[in-house]
Amino acid sequence: MENVEDNRQALRELLFTAPDCLQYLSGVILFEETLYQQASNGKSFVEVLKEGGVIPGIKVDKGTVDLAGTDEETTTQGLDGLGARCDQYYRMGCRFAKWRAVLKIGENLPSPLAIQENAYGLARYASICQQSGLVPIVEPEILVDGEHDIEKCAAITEVVLAACYKALSDHHVLLEGTLLKPNMVTPGSKAPKVSPEVIAKYTVRTLQRTVPPAVPGIMFLSGGQSEEEATLNLNAMNQLDTKKPWTLSFSFGRALQASTLKIWSGKKANVAAAQANFLARCKANSDATLGKYAGDAKGAGADESLHVANYKY
Amino acid sequence: MDESNATCGKRLASIGLENTEANRQAYRELLVTTPGLGDYISGAILFEETLYQSTLAGKKFVDCLKEAGIAPGIKVDKGLVPLAGSNDESWCQGLDGLAARSAEYYKQGARFAKWRTVVSIPNGPSRLAVVEAAWGLARYAAISQENGLVPIVEPEILLDGEHNIDRTLAVAEEVWSEVFYQLANNNVMFEGILLKPSMVTPGAECKERVTPEVVAEYTLKMLKRRVPPAVPGIMFLSGGQSEVEATLNLNAMNQSPNPWHVSFSYARALQNTVLKTWGGNPEKVKAAQTALLIRAKANSLAQLGKYSAEGESEEAKKGMFVANYTY
Repeated sequence: MENVEDNRQALRELLFTAPDCLQYLSGVILFEETLYQQASNGKSFVEVLKEGGVIPGIKVDKGTVDLAGTDEETTTQGLDGLGARCDQYYRMGCRFAKWRAVLKIGENLPSPLAIQENAYGLARYASICQQSGLVPIVEPEILVDGEHDIEKCAAITEVVLAACYKALSDHHVLLEGTLLKPNMVTPGSKAPKVSPEVIAKYTVRTLQRTVPPAVPGIMFLSGGQSEEEATLNLNAMNQLDTKKPWTLSFSFGRALQASTLKIWSGKKANVAAAQANFLARCKANSDATLGKYAGDAKGAGADESLHVANYKY
Repeated sequence: MDESNATCGKRLASIGLENTEANRQAYRELLVTTPGLGDYISGAILFEETLYQSTLAGKKFVDCLKEAGIAPGIKVDKGLVPLAGSNDESWCQGLDGLAARSAEYYKQGARFAKWRTVVSIPNGPSRLAVVEAAWGLARYAAISQENGLVPIVEPEILLDGEHNIDRTLAVAEEVWSEVFYQLANNNVMFEGILLKPSMVTPGAECKERVTPEVVAEYTLKMLKRRVPPAVPGIMFLSGGQSEVEATLNLNAMNQSPNPWHVSFSYARALQNTVLKTWGGNPEKVKAAQTALLIRAKANSLAQLGKYSAEGESEEAKKGMFVANYTY
């Protein structure tokens, strides 16, 4: 399908008006364009979401750019005029925001500079959001790309999260009014896979070591995992009998939409089937946040890896 | 019970006793041979001299403790000295030769260690003082773990000052943020440390006093904002509070479940009545040991949230704040 506004609007309408889906979602992060769009019945998407009991959120970063002097590492832009933009987003009905920082694992990567710079950006963004009444989702994504094992991912994630919470503290961000959107702790994309129970154990251990209990919720990114993988991993985490003083939930992009998109393929005739598929994935993840997913939501494509190398969005 | 010889001397002087090794040995023997102490106490921090002492009958103190189910610990810092270039603040010494000392202490039977540094609100604290405190604790913790000792991490925010409880909260958040950041930078394993913070209270000279419930609310808020759940236990210092105050505050913090164990590591608030009851008199040893059990049990109940102050003596309610406390 062509990347035109009408098509983007149609996709979002398909998702937001899917029958019975919104009950499983507490919030939806929108791109700025979507914030100003309507459903075909003239109702704003923001209204549609609010009527469904879903809180509208807004992506506020302006993408990544290269960090000079590093080995292709990046920093995230978007602080200029952010306060004014947040005020406007609040007036439009948003109540939370999202900013994605990106790091990658490699030879001597991530560098201390990349870690500090991205943690600092997240902290400034979070502080500005709270001034405007928006809850900041803090997202320090460590890309899954690479051959490293799960131990390496755990060690790096600990370092990155420690730096993030130090920066948030330095910038006087109210932790009770933030959410964390981290990567799960997994082997790299080119390393042998492990079971959901292992991913759960490493991920929760990493969070126990870095995330203060004042943070109310941790909503994982899916980062290229297949839909089913992401759900099974989340489910395993919620079944672990260990200290978890924060909610463990989902903020999936690809892992909520991929198979739905395929089924739709842009055709009106497929909308109902696509929406039914979307419902199945929403409910599956909702069950996973309770540790009650029975593994029965698999439709076509649910096992497909959604990994794209060096993912930008 | 890890008072340095000088500080132990102050305790002994308060009951008219000379600061000799024999008197220090007699006092510590009273404490470690208290029958049933292990029902309420899980660990005892010793000063170096005490780690190598025995009862008059020749039984090693570490063995008395182990048999009672009490883990022996060791104070490893070498005290506070002035911090040059700061606002009259201090830093804590003790890193020189710490690895070798820790290994020796482990051989002697110690299984955990303690390092107390301080931060002063009336003096700032300056950024330098906070960073130095955190870094020293982090290096000590890493070296302790390397030698098999669980480090108790103690950045005491001194009670001295006229500041209110909100100011204490802000400073505590800054200090603990720096401490955890430096612990992480030094690859300290959080599942193998204990914390020994001061509670979040108004300064000793602040005119606005607060209830134990407010102390609990502020202290728990601070801990939730700064302490990762991997840390298994938080054992508060009493820092000059009266015995009963310290117990009431601990009790208030245990009225609902916490992600870490919230308990006590009290010195003055466990020993004050004990010392006064003993007075150096061998005939009063049993009565003093009974007094110790009363305080130990009270705090044991408090860390379950089940303590009541009914029946506490007047002595137990006396404040023990000493301005600019050094020990």
